[in-house]
Amino acid sequence: MKKGLVSALSSIVSILIGTLFGLILLIAVNSGEAFTSFGKLLSSGVSTLPKLAKVFYQAAPLLMCGLSVGFAFKTGLFNIGASGQYTVGAFAALFGAIVLQLPWYICLILAMIMGAIWGFFPGLFKALFNVNEVITSIMLNWIGLFAVNLLCMNIPKMLPPFWVSSPIKDRTAALSYANPGAIIPKLGLDKVFDSPYINISIIIAILIAILMWVLINKTTKGYELRACGYNRFASIYAGINAKSNIVLSMVIAGALAGIGGGLYYLAGTADYNIQKALLGMGFNGIAVALLGSSNPIGIIFSSLFISYIQVGGEALQPIYAKEMIDIIIAVIIYLSAFSLFTRNLLTKWFKFDRHSGNVNDDPIPPVVPTDTEKKEITIAPDAAVNESEVKA
Amino acid sequence: MSEYVIEMLNITKEFPGIKANDDITLQLKHGEVHALLGENGAGKSTLMSVLFGLYQPEQGVIKKDGVVVKINDPNDANALHIGMVHQHFKLVEIFTVLENIILGVEPNKMGFLTMDQARKKVVELSEKYGLAVDPDAKIEDISVGMQQRVEILKMLFRDNEILIFDEPTAVLTPQEIDELMQIMRNFTKEGKSILFITHKLNEIMAVADRCTVLRKGKYMGTVNIADTTVEDLSTMMVGRKVSLQVEKGPENLGEEVLHVSNVFVPSKLHKGYAVKDVSFSVKRGEIVCLAGIEGNGQTQFVHALTGLDKIAAGSITLMGHDISKARIRERSKLGMSHIPEDRHKHGLILDFSLEENLVLQRYWQPKFEKAGFINFKAVRDYADKLIEQYDIRSGQGAVTACRSMSGGNQQKAIVAREIDRDPELLVAVQPTRGLDVGAIEYIHKQLVAQRDEGKAVLLVSLELDEVMNVSDRILVMYEGEIVGVFDPKVTTVQELGLYMAGAKRQNMKAEESEVNKA
Repeated sequence: MKKGLVSALSSIVSILIGTLFGLILLIAVNSGEAFTSFGKLLSSGVSTLPKLAKVFYQAAPLLMCGLSVGFAFKTGLFNIGASGQYTVGAFAALFGAIVLQLPWYICLILAMIMGAIWGFFPGLFKALFNVNEVITSIMLNWIGLFAVNLLCMNIPKMLPPFWVSSPIKDRTAALSYANPGAIIPKLGLDKVFDSPYINISIIIAILIAILMWVLINKTTKGYELRACGYNRFASIYAGINAKSNIVLSMVIAGALAGIGGGLYYLAGTADYNIQKALLGMGFNGIAVALLGSSNPIGIIFSSLFISYIQVGGEALQPIYAKEMIDIIIAVIIYLSAFSLFTRNLLTKWFKFDRHSGNVNDDPIPPVVPTDTEKKEITIAPDAAVNESEVKA
Repeated sequence: MSEYVIEMLNITKEFPGIKANDDITLQLKHGEVHALLGENGAGKSTLMSVLFGLYQPEQGVIKKDGVVVKINDPNDANALHIGMVHQHFKLVEIFTVLENIILGVEPNKMGFLTMDQARKKVVELSEKYGLAVDPDAKIEDISVGMQQRVEILKMLFRDNEILIFDEPTAVLTPQEIDELMQIMRNFTKEGKSILFITHKLNEIMAVADRCTVLRKGKYMGTVNIADTTVEDLSTMMVGRKVSLQVEKGPENLGEEVLHVSNVFVPSKLHKGYAVKDVSFSVKRGEIVCLAGIEGNGQTQFVHALTGLDKIAAGSITLMGHDISKARIRERSKLGMSHIPEDRHKHGLILDFSLEENLVLQRYWQPKFEKAGFINFKAVRDYADKLIEQYDIRSGQGAVTACRSMSGGNQQKAIVAREIDRDPELLVAVQPTRGLDVGAIEYIHKQLVAQRDEGKAVLLVSLELDEVMNVSDRILVMYEGEIVGVFDPKVTTVQELGLYMAGAKRQNMKAEESEVNKA
């Protein structure tokens, strides 16, 4: 059985299990409405063009965060810092747009650079001092969040009262009046979909995903990065500079999440909300990456799926409480991310490989993604480097 | 009472797509040493796993003293007094010898350990069988030989009657091997029965009474050792005639390729040096062998030589260039090839395909890289060429995942990759470890071919047969120092063994000058 097919199949099986559990939860909470609601949950995303537009709109930043986490997985690192990179990326984009009055594409580049910087430090510490990137990037998540909040609150130009008469001080100024030129172009898509949410961000994200696929699979650098990810010792043996590859890998991962932040907040439909909790987007990226088996092409589909389920969840209101919907979506995503487990099972069922026997040697650590909205952090074991045999 | 203490009759164990054991019969007599011989993948481990209840066979029965028994798990095997010394010891490093021996059968009174009683039994056993151990030493502090004695005592402490030794000699010096053989004979005098798993034919000839041979999961027969020869056994095992002797002509020495002088390498375990003041050189057209017991600094020396680790002092010169501080890639470009000791840790990226592994040392060369992109067509062509030339066998050719290949073919892939780089110096570290006779023969031929082509070869080996057969000059390493230089044509295995165990050492300054003259 082909590896790619097993991956795709395992993701689909996981999704089925996840949605089934979602249904059970719906029945448990309100059995009378469960089946109609379940239908809505599954069909709402394609029920109307504006809903579909919303799916695409949310999928773009999710796709970028998924790519960020997935790319790091491919190179043997666990980038749990996508949330922080996403946040600082968002800030850089908004700062460029509102304060510096730059056009959208320059703002996106700023977001990318800022995200890259946020990825650089965990990579550097990992390479130089072997500090686990999970720890440093979690720390940087919080540093990023509070630094951004602090900056937003202390730069008057970032807040609405500078631009319009408004008492609101807990969110950034809207691009519609602060700098319409920084809004990502819609190219008439808003007319086609009849929705203000849609713009070319999903196209940009898909193009970047394809670019990442090419980088990983076709280039010399990608070969080196994959080599380091699968077996750091063997790549050092082969003369590959593993340290610089670790840094590079985290920089790229950070840049991807940073672009994600830029894409979301430059859409002109959401303002950055100064809050005290980490943004869920980066953590959902972990689920997206796992569901997509860390394959950039797979991640395109998994991000669309998760976005689709989220849009479907909105249709359940007000029959179900918002929190309940979040839990149901979380359960679906949670079980969907079991694709790794399902893949191992499928591999075992369909092909017994007597020389390997250890399908668990996957470089992807067995992490469990977090809830969509509430942010818990699961610390996974260090990205598994193939352990050498135990010597007698 | 039955003639046989254990009988495994017509055992068949299938895994999806493969019959690991196909109608295998093994009958162990009371008080005999019975060898179980077979190449890697012949089904020895599966058969033992069946005996220990780790696998249930599809067909066949196991009898103990003529009575059919059902072994569902290792506890059942233990209850039948079957014990095993595994190839990789199962000891708790930070426990003492005594604590390890009682592990799992701790003598106690109401939950409190009664160590005195256990200690008495262990001391008695160790005196009775000449198994010298220090009951209070921690495992991490004692030699591999003593660790093995601990494993044997574990079996005796449990009053096991059927003792299984899985490749027990791989980690021992010749003297220790002789001792072990003597101990095994003592056991059989006591009426214990021994099952001895190995692929070293001369050990079978030395100690076994009978030998059962497996090949590719099939039963090839059981022979009386008195009526057979090494050649017959190897033919039975491999299925064809194998040359056990390495054929090579006289050496044809050329210029010096590698010069190592006064190299020190810091130890990772303690504050001292793992490699102390090592100096030697390797010339074109010779195979120099670094011999010694595992853990005497060979690994650290090779890591320092190949650039995986730093040296603390001294210098290394390759082809006239000082490479003491050079990066791995620079050493590689200067003509150093390295067949690493641990093929899974360093040698291969198991999740890469065979072709990706075959270009691991040259993917960056213009032939394979264009403007930052890998030319996969060139990679495929090159891989196909190597697969053909070096007879690397795998399920799907160039695209096979290396993880799914057999150990022998994985090693062939590494050997092919390293030799095909046309190196000036080939560093081969235990290139035949864990391989079967056919693959060993092949790799030895390749090493000799490199030497005959005028390459310098540095072989690091723990196998004395290999050391004696393949090399042109032997350096013995003990506790990080080179304690002797030998000509394999005039020295003996016993002599080497004394140096490897640290019992003797040459005056190295005198030797060095002598060798340089030669």
